[in-house]
Amino acid sequence: MSDLIRIENLKVYYPVRSGFFNRVTDNIKAVDDVSFSIKAGQTYGLVGESGSGKTTIGKSLVGLEDPTSGTILFDGEEATTIKQKKKLNYNKDVQMVFQDSQSSLNPRRSIGEIIAEPLKSFGVPNAIGAGAGDKRSFDQDDIDKRVLELLEIVGLPARTVTQYPFQFSGGQRQRIGVARALATNPRLIVADEPVSALDLSVQAQVLNFMKKIQRDFGISFLFISHDLGVVKYMTDNIAIMHNGRFVELGTTADIFDDPRHIYTKRLLSAIPSLDVSKRDANRAYRKRVEAEFAENQAAYYEQDGLRARAYDLKQITPTHSAALKKGEA
Amino acid sequence: MWRTILRRVLIMIPQLFLVSILIFMLAQLMPGDPFYGNLNPNSDPATIARMRHAAGLDQPLYQQYIHWIDRVFHGDLGTSYAVNKGWTVTRIIASRLWPTISMGIIAAILTYVFAISEALLSARHENKTIDRILMVWNTITSAVPSFVFYFLMMILFVYLIPIFPASGTGIDDSQSFTTSFFSNLRYAFLPAFTIALFSTNSIFQYLRSNLLDQQAQDYVRTARAKGVTIKDVFRKHILRNAFLPIASGIGYSITGVLGGAMFAETIFGYPGIGALFVQALTSRDYTVITAVMLLQGFLALLGGLLSDVISAWVDPRIRVK
Amino acid sequence: MAEKLLDAQDVSVEFKIAGEYQKALHKVNLSINHGEVLALVGESGSGKSTFAMSVMGLHNPDQTKVTGSIKLNGNELIGLTERQFDQYRGVSVGMIFQDPLSSLNPLMKIGDQIAEAMTVHDKHTQQVSNRVLGLLDDVGIVDAKRVAQQYPHALSGGMRQRVMIAIALANEPDLIIADEPTTALDVTIQAQILDLIKEIQQKKNAGILLITHDLGVVAEMADTVAVMYAGQIVEKAGVEELFNHPKHPYTRSLLRADPSDVKPGETLYAIPGTVPALKDMDHNKDLFLQRVPWLDESVVNANVKDELQQVGDHHYVRGTAWQNFEFNDVTEGENQV
Ligand SMILES: Nc1ncnc2c1ncn2[C@@H]1O[C@H](COP(=O)(O)OP(=O)(O)OP(=O)(O)O)[C@@H](O)[C@H]1O
Ligand SMILES: Nc1ncnc2c1ncn2[C@@H]1O[C@H](COP(=O)(O)OP(=O)(O)OP(=O)(O)O)[C@@H](O)[C@H]1O
Ligand SMILES: [Mg+2]
Ligand SMILES: [Mg+2]
Repeated sequence: MSDLIRIENLKVYYPVRSGFFNRVTDNIKAVDDVSFSIKAGQTYGLVGESGSGKTTIGKSLVGLEDPTSGTILFDGEEATTIKQKKKLNYNKDVQMVFQDSQSSLNPRRSIGEIIAEPLKSFGVPNAIGAGAGDKRSFDQDDIDKRVLELLEIVGLPARTVTQYPFQFSGGQRQRIGVARALATNPRLIVADEPVSALDLSVQAQVLNFMKKIQRDFGISFLFISHDLGVVKYMTDNIAIMHNGRFVELGTTADIFDDPRHIYTKRLLSAIPSLDVSKRDANRAYRKRVEAEFAENQAAYYEQDGLRARAYDLKQITPTHSAALKKGEA
Repeated sequence: MWRTILRRVLIMIPQLFLVSILIFMLAQLMPGDPFYGNLNPNSDPATIARMRHAAGLDQPLYQQYIHWIDRVFHGDLGTSYAVNKGWTVTRIIASRLWPTISMGIIAAILTYVFAISEALLSARHENKTIDRILMVWNTITSAVPSFVFYFLMMILFVYLIPIFPASGTGIDDSQSFTTSFFSNLRYAFLPAFTIALFSTNSIFQYLRSNLLDQQAQDYVRTARAKGVTIKDVFRKHILRNAFLPIASGIGYSITGVLGGAMFAETIFGYPGIGALFVQALTSRDYTVITAVMLLQGFLALLGGLLSDVISAWVDPRIRVK
Repeated sequence: MAEKLLDAQDVSVEFKIAGEYQKALHKVNLSINHGEVLALVGESGSGKSTFAMSVMGLHNPDQTKVTGSIKLNGNELIGLTERQFDQYRGVSVGMIFQDPLSSLNPLMKIGDQIAEAMTVHDKHTQQVSNRVLGLLDDVGIVDAKRVAQQYPHALSGGMRQRVMIAIALANEPDLIIADEPTTALDVTIQAQILDLIKEIQQKKNAGILLITHDLGVVAEMADTVAVMYAGQIVEKAGVEELFNHPKHPYTRSLLRADPSDVKPGETLYAIPGTVPALKDMDHNKDLFLQRVPWLDESVVNANVKDELQQVGDHHYVRGTAWQNFEFNDVTEGENQV
């Protein structure tokens, strides 16, 4: 299987300005030199601390943020900058489901208009499936029909087309975001916490649905989530992120069965357990790992200003690498 | 911030240059001697030809332009031959500038005060009587030509209930600066107030709909959950967010000041730049027309500059970039 | 038992939709004691936030009818004027909202937004800026001084949510309503925040209404769990009892939909169908049964009493359908999407 998208040495810095003349005095290294690739039909999980740069990676993949440096190759073609993406008509193939369903939906537009938006720019595909539909129709009737189809797919009644985002609950709004992302038959969907606002039942529907379209049409996902239960179920490969860096990278089994980095271990220990009787024991264990992390952290990071910067990844097995301590192999 | 302003000011230089070329070309289309005003367009052709030669008006265009710009830079805008015959245009404009500025500033401030108050009232009482009344009021004021209201206001407050002085600017150079200043405010107030009262519509409509949009945002709920009263939520949270897209327009409203002043100044007999322009147009005083156009061009650029600065100032998201 | 902190009786909420009032909440009874954590779980759109907003008095009075009784420390909240309500909001009740980005004013500095929670009630006005930094510190923001000067857009989702929590905790309220408080956070910070909320709650003996769909969070935090479906409570029990002996078909379906122990190759159990639209809700029935296709029509359409039946120690269930409920097969949910 070949890589659908390849990200090489991606860096995204945000300038920090200060002083009387508001000069750039520093950079926030939101994403600091990460590389990974997603194969067609696979799901790549991105897990990590809040603020570690996951959304920023997602944004530069769909073209909402221009990388500071690095390259993005989509299907072998360079699509690093927003300009290059425009030229490739890239966004019919790559769409995003946002973390924040409220602010990503225009409050002045009806649900129908919101979902029709990408269809108006890229047309209604004449077939279903990832990347399918080389003939695209811009006919209003086709757009309307497709909108209703999408609403049905995400389980919202047809009459909601004329309603506005504020009339929906958080979970319902998230489904609207999914419908919009699916509209153009993308080949890659960046799903930024797509189910974190959903209750379990709808979560199961959406996850089953994502797996189904993946199975049937070969869609790929970059799946950003902090729910490790969901990530374990959904992904083929996982990257663990901390402070803008990848600290561990491997197959899902590599990460869950043989975590090597101290941060990965801490992450896994923090998964809340359904077993109420072990509540206190879990909390104690979690606290212990946390303390261990605080104690040994220094060995795993070099100091970069105020931030702890993980070392470069070292290969452990062909699929598994981690940012190990200096000198550790 | 300062860098943004500096950069914008630097951009203004080539813009000003372009505007001056444009006005120079326009002036070429006017008969006579629009630059120096030494020439009465009604003289016999032989005299005109002689005087054009003397004034250098038969030289190549670029030379004329350089010559003209050079004089403009030295504050020499020529001489009027109709409005104030024999006066230099610089002197005329200088005497007219302050009245228009004072009236323009008062009018702009009042317009925003009125429009914001009306929009806040309307939005807070959406679909209630007060909202309906304000909507109708604004529709009427925008549909009826403004000079109709100006006449009405003048008849009402100058003749029927004479609480405001009739024509003049109240400026008296023989008096002290403060006396003259306050006397001018008395004259400027009625036209300014009138302009403001009847020109709220576009700001009102836009702000009202923004306020309603913002009211549905989640941050409003957060503020309410803190125990902030509805009134304060509107004042401290919603208004600023709703005003943001409009704020940049404040700058541009400078651009419209002269246009708006034309009717008002003429009707209220308030001799500022607007009235001057009307006089100059009717008496074909081309030197004055050219000078006022130059001033207008400058104001337009200044308006753009102000708009950008204001947007950058009020929106932290722009400020960062 | 001393006075209840929160005591909601027969709370119904109707929204005006297209000119007609439609019921989103039907006769909800819930109470919270001082020091108790009540988790409210249920499907998206079941009315959890609607209940929370009723306690906060934040429904638009022109579009919403709230009836019943909600007592906070014995004081009736329903029927209060806006001005009276403003005395409670942010002081006796603090709320953490679901959507951390849009819940902060984009044009106001973080520090000012936290400070406002105190100054609006004339609290801590002397040392307010110190207290702001202290609160930011408490919620685990490292660089408090800098963050206080920033605007929301410059913070990550998780940081924003911590700011929200700082706002809600500013006046150390008796009751904290947390509507999906850790949805945007990674598990390590989620754990820290949950510990933090617990800590503050224990220190002040505060009550917590915790709205979440994360059963893991429920298992970690709750003393009592109430399960809501289509605007009604269908089951209520102590947390261990509920996880170990769930009764209502909806509760059992929810627990089954949890992905943590499902192999990647298997399909998740998804409950067929969706919550009915408000106007299609007949609250005399057990509305969830409509989503169990293998049930007999007579069971689905049977009238059910509003009151919950006691089935164990502090364990209450609505209706009787649970007594004969079996799952039909594993793959019901699959064709649903
Ligand atoms: N526009 C911006 N200007 C300055 N800094 C920013 C901007 N956007 C993001 N950042 C910073 O970049 C870093 C990464 O943010 P990002 O939103 O990608 O994190 P995340 O991993 O998605 O976090 P979360 O799980 O909380 O959503 C954070 O430190 C954030 O404060
Ligand atoms: N202001 C409103 N006007 C009309 N209907 C509303 C309004 N607010 C909520 N509703 C409806 O009331 C029902 C309950 O919504 P609510 O937001 O309480 O659900 P929820 O249980 O909090 O869901 P979620 O888990 O998705 O947040 C939904 O059907 C919703 O569409
Ligand atoms: Mg994010
Ligand atoms: Mg909710």
